[in-house]
Amino acid sequence: MGNTAFLQALGGTLESFADGHGRIRLPFQPFLVGNPDTGVIHGGVLTALLDQACGMAVGSALRAPAMIATLDLRIDYMKPAQPETDLIIESECLKIAHEVAFTRGYAFQTTREDPVAIATATFMLTHFDTPPQMERR
Amino acid sequence: MELLTRAGKADPNALLAAVPYCAWLSLSARIEEGALILDMPFDPKLIGNPVLPALHGGVVGSLLETAALVQTIWETGAATVPRPVDITIDYLRSARAVASHARGFIVRQGRRVVAARAEMWQDDAAKPVASFRGHFLLG
Repeated sequence: MGNTAFLQALGGTLESFADGHGRIRLPFQPFLVGNPDTGVIHGGVLTALLDQACGMAVGSALRAPAMIATLDLRIDYMKPAQPETDLIIESECLKIAHEVAFTRGYAFQTTREDPVAIATATFMLTHFDTPPQMERR
Repeated sequence: MELLTRAGKADPNALLAAVPYCAWLSLSARIEEGALILDMPFDPKLIGNPVLPALHGGVVGSLLETAALVQTIWETGAATVPRPVDITIDYLRSARAVASHARGFIVRQGRRVVAARAEMWQDDAAKPVASFRGHFLLG
């Protein structure tokens, strides 16, 4: 899983993805707003970034390429995002099992310890070649 | 002026048009047999997997969360936009590169919080592509 048309359309950039960890930056843009009274971005934007960051963390942890499909995504919205401020998403792949991978994602604007949202996502893996992936993490 | 006063609580299309991200996704609402249904046309920018091709999981989540939120505003007559507390999305099928539809439901309305769910489908309403559940704070 690499960059996607949708992340590019949102204006997000991939900062780093390696060894099961990743980071995306999303500059604030007016069309991302979900509540024009407050200027807070739409929850769906966070959903998209967290889904992509978690999926790419899995991709960066795989030893051989596989198709990665989101199975389940839970997001806790800890506090509203500050308007007119960039968002940073960091993700980590916790475990790659035979057919499933488990991840966490963090959306924040200052530090990861002060998150806007936290995600827990699981992914189904479809291997392109028959030998099973080696376990990792 | 508050968004809901300006857009009119009874007119989901005015609400969707007033929200920049919903307008960017070209979301619209219609009422069919008393049910509020959101429609999202296909656009190449919505692609998350170019090989299948499939819509981005975040696009699916955006439509579902909006359907649950608009349903909540429509049913409760909320004076301010309810704030999401937590959401869960189950991805049931690959979302194809075609138009999508979603419907929200209130599971329970409390004084401060609403438990809501939503379903998304494409050609066949009997084959859901994804389902959503979440909580929204009122007021």
